[in-house]
Amino acid sequence: MYMPDYEYHAPGNLAEACALLGELGGKVTVLAGGSDVLHKMKIGSLAPDHLVSLKNLKELREIRYEQGRGVVIGALVTHDGIYRSQLLQEHFLSLPMAAHTMANTQITNIGTIGGNIVNGSPLADLPPILVALGASVKLVGRSGERVLPLEEFIVGPGKTVIAQDEILTEIVIPDQATTGSTYKKFGLRKSGALAVVSVAAAVTVEGGTITDARIVLGAVAPVPLRAKSAEASLKGKKVSDAAIEEAAAAAAADSRPISDLRGSDEYRRELVRVFTKRALRKAIDEGHV
Amino acid sequence: MSNVITDKDGVKRYLITLHVNGDEHTILVKGNTTLTNALRDQLDLTGTKRGCELGDCGSCTVLFDGRPINSCMKLAVEAEGHDIVTIEGVAANGELDAIQQSMINHAAVQCGYCTPGMVLSAKALLTRNPHPTEPEVREAIAGNLCRCTGYVHIVEAVLAASRGDLIPDDAKHTMAGGAK
Ligand SMILES: Cc1cc2nc3c(=O)[nH]c(=O)nc-3n(C[C@H](O)[C@H](O)[C@H](O)COP(=O)(O)OP(=O)(O)OC[C@H]3O[C@@H](n4cnc5c(N)ncnc54)[C@H](O)[C@@H]3O)c2cc1C
Ligand code: FES
Ligand code: FES
Repeated sequence: MYMPDYEYHAPGNLAEACALLGELGGKVTVLAGGSDVLHKMKIGSLAPDHLVSLKNLKELREIRYEQGRGVVIGALVTHDGIYRSQLLQEHFLSLPMAAHTMANTQITNIGTIGGNIVNGSPLADLPPILVALGASVKLVGRSGERVLPLEEFIVGPGKTVIAQDEILTEIVIPDQATTGSTYKKFGLRKSGALAVVSVAAAVTVEGGTITDARIVLGAVAPVPLRAKSAEASLKGKKVSDAAIEEAAAAAAADSRPISDLRGSDEYRRELVRVFTKRALRKAIDEGHV
Repeated sequence: MSNVITDKDGVKRYLITLHVNGDEHTILVKGNTTLTNALRDQLDLTGTKRGCELGDCGSCTVLFDGRPINSCMKLAVEAEGHDIVTIEGVAANGELDAIQQSMINHAAVQCGYCTPGMVLSAKALLTRNPHPTEPEVREAIAGNLCRCTGYVHIVEAVLAASRGDLIPDDAKHTMAGGAK
């Protein structure tokens, strides 16, 4: 299996990389880990004229905590790096757990969080939990930088609002009042399976009352989908099986699944109901963020 | 990557140095040459197998700075400056690694196509976690598909290697069976 010819570039730093991305003509693709890019070039769905590697941007491989900002994750941190991060395990355990549901070791050692986001696949495992945790992304281009909520960054299957000269540098998960969060994925095998349906939930429970809830559905819409009516149904309610059942049914109604080789739309909608229920239970009962 | 040769069609070839199994190899690759192909076709390290070539099967597994990766999903030009171990680099001083010996003892090799990747995934696991549980072993080799063995003997072999239990099974049978 061979890939088309392209010109390979490895700029030495971020500024050089943005300048190069802005100057190059033709079809230009950024290369992080390459697990999606190489896959697409091999199956013939991507044939760039230029490939711009981020391998020299070492500063994008770090995870740190910044007072007042939250946890800052460099775009080139691998899924394995997320899974093993002590800092993330302490602050937002549900993200390492989500990274742990992905692919297999040989791919989680290659694939990066930035690639998982910019690739824009509705099946991707990290965006739902990141959106549930209110994460934002930082984009750096030739003429400056901008920060926007991840929820506004992915706009369709494989589509984001990134500009040709921009690089996603950081993902920030803000400090928050959330008392519990989780990511639940249903795949057809235990390992190496893409999501048929996934549900991320982040809840704030104070004295037995749900004061805030964010529920994000994966693989059942063109983008990671906020189940807004499910969220609204929970707010202000006491924790109870009935409240969770009601929210789960609302999430199923919010979802817009398609039928494909991994499941019919009907099956997916039922999975949304079951997995929303399980995700909410886990987020409420286990009480880790 | 200062040394670049451009052919008449404008295709560039890069002179890169790979660190493989403790040796340095300077080779000429295209920007789209995978690490698998560079290892096999240029360095003649054919123990790294080409299977699916899409990142699913693990037969092309190599250790990249000690971590298992699928070399079919890595460009050779991106491997410069990293420490690579292939199956040819696992046996030291002509002696098989404990995992390799254990795979033989437990008849964990049938056609053998998955074996190099399997050994390297197990090697990475035991280096990080010398006494894994069975679920940990199964998880570590979850990205190495075997179409022959059903995995049971492979898992037993890795667990036995982790215990330092390298007495071949047939020798055990002889001991248990007494003077037959
Ligand atoms: C066998 C296999 C199994 C997989 N299993 C899963 C799975 O279970 N769950 C899942 O979610 N995904 C899975 N994937 C998909 C893939 O591994 C992930 O999406 C991964 O996170 C992609 O990261 P990468 O660094 O390899 O991205 P790349 O392939 O390098 O890039 C992906 C896209 O993002 C762009 N890009 C990357 N980084 C940046 C950046 N910093 N700034 C701007 N643009 C950027 C690239 O231009 C490209 O369009 C699997 C892939 C394979 C091959
Ligand atoms: S050949 Fe690389 S994973 Fe199958
Ligand atoms: S021994 Fe044949 S694939 Fe594993």
